[in-house]
Amino acid sequence: MKILVPIKRVADPDNANKVKVSADGTQVTTEGLEWKMNPFDEWALEAALRLTEDGAAKSRVGEVVLVSVGPKEAVATVREGLAKGAERGVIVEGNDNDLDSNVIAAALAAVAKKESPDLIVMGKQTVDGDSNVAGTVLADKLGWPIINYAMRIETSDDGKTFAIKRDLDVGVASVKVTGPVVITVSDSILHPESVKNGVTPADFKYPEAEGGRYASLKGIMQAKKKPIAEQTLSGLGVDAKRTVTYKKFELPPARSGQTTFVESVEELVEKLRTEAKVL
Amino acid sequence: MSNVLVVAELLEGAARKTTLSAITAAKQIAKQSGGSFDILAIGEGAEGAAKELAGYGAGKVLTAEIPGGYTCEGYAPTVAEVGKGYGAIVATASSFGKDLLPSVAAKLDAGVASEVTRVNDDGSFTRPMYAGNVIGTLTVDTDVKVVTVRQTDFEAAEPSGGDSSVESVSVTKGDLAGRVEVLGVEVVKSERPELTEADIVVSGGRAFKSAENFTNILEPLVDAFGAAMGASRAACDAGYVSPEAQVGQTGKVVAPKLYVAIGISGAIQHLAGMKGSKTIVAINKDKEAPIAQVADYFLVADLFDVVPKFTEAVKKVKAAG
Repeated sequence: MKILVPIKRVADPDNANKVKVSADGTQVTTEGLEWKMNPFDEWALEAALRLTEDGAAKSRVGEVVLVSVGPKEAVATVREGLAKGAERGVIVEGNDNDLDSNVIAAALAAVAKKESPDLIVMGKQTVDGDSNVAGTVLADKLGWPIINYAMRIETSDDGKTFAIKRDLDVGVASVKVTGPVVITVSDSILHPESVKNGVTPADFKYPEAEGGRYASLKGIMQAKKKPIAEQTLSGLGVDAKRTVTYKKFELPPARSGQTTFVESVEELVEKLRTEAKVL
Repeated sequence: MSNVLVVAELLEGAARKTTLSAITAAKQIAKQSGGSFDILAIGEGAEGAAKELAGYGAGKVLTAEIPGGYTCEGYAPTVAEVGKGYGAIVATASSFGKDLLPSVAAKLDAGVASEVTRVNDDGSFTRPMYAGNVIGTLTVDTDVKVVTVRQTDFEAAEPSGGDSSVESVSVTKGDLAGRVEVLGVEVVKSERPELTEADIVVSGGRAFKSAENFTNILEPLVDAFGAAMGASRAACDAGYVSPEAQVGQTGKVVAPKLYVAIGISGAIQHLAGMKGSKTIVAINKDKEAPIAQVADYFLVADLFDVVPKFTEAVKKVKAAG
């Protein structure tokens, strides 16, 4: 099975409250913040690696190709994914200001057409734009189905068909889909038994891990030799245009008021009754 | 002048309340563009749902009866076909709206403004980014504007007493309809109010340590308040509670009158989903926890000591009326 995993670098999401905007409000500035792999993409990569390995024997049985559309510095993020176990990388160079969900989806579609994967797995959203759009638009551009918010993925025929559980507001939907397909993952995909691929023993459980697997030292060494192809939007024949324009960025208004520390349940209940008047 | 199409979200043959926020947003967009709005009820039971939706002042209510469960592939071609004459297509940014509308947009070469919190008079839209740490204002530069709106930022529309005409539209079958089969949807039923609609939300974090503690310690407090139950991602991931309860950047966004966060440290991702709440109470052992940045009241305590007492105290106040 061959899986394409789009990844994006984002400003450290755990310090997103340190993101600033420029004085004229036209740019978001992330100076001083480290670049990290978008957490949802990290989890998508984990799901893709699980789908293409024997988890118990720790051996690879398929191929994961990473693709990032963005500035060429994103190569560091691709290298990080290679160190975790992906086989190859592709960088499509583009200036962040020229990219929106539509252009990114078009670039990913162009790469997918060249690579012909059985499956594309990606995060349901990036945690900077928080839009939740690119995966679905990508599927449409390829003429493939989209399965958003996957929390469990099962295949027993090397990626020809998938049984997927989707994490919805109202509950959980179970669907069966014939590939190729674009799957976006929800938070719940890191469950120890989130992926069954017919190769890893059915009773195998992955360890609980906050963000998926870490790169081993050996993985980091090997990643240095793994190939990363460089592409450009024009080289791929992508002529898609932005469909939205950001006019202004602002910081949100701070919550007014101070925190009142209360000493006891009685005091808390009293404040909720008399001050906040919510009880 | 251009008109606006609201895509209603149906569940088991009735419109979910989420739809009413989309109607409010559609009215605002229609007012600003000098047009009117229509509603599309699509899915199984669309015709039944249309009767209720006809009371909200829409020009007309369109119905597309599609049997079987929802799939993006099954619905998007019809929504795109119906929607292409409109200036804007609007739904609420639920897992339904955020799944369906980008696909509709792709079919119409339209841009998407996702999870919008404000419709501006100049036709632009405002939305949170970076887990709510940046507020962006954008224009959608295509003939059709596709918009999903955040439920908590648009009040539910009230019935206007009107009686819109109901017309059925033909279903457009796409090429992909057979590729996705819905085996079933386990709808989580609860006696409690819906998380995104509740006046009070009581949420628990990983400090509860187990699903049993969620049930035995947190839930009685939730019910004493008559509240909805929420949770941090850590608690959902650890399996203490089902993922639908997750509040945060990637879960549900809530803005109740009272939000009680117990044993939740307040990671940025969680704050993004609840900092619009009117009054925020935190109960945590660590008074330096980041939840203090947004809490109005903070009780520094071990939750296992104080939550049962809190439950009794709330019951007493409620009983006293």
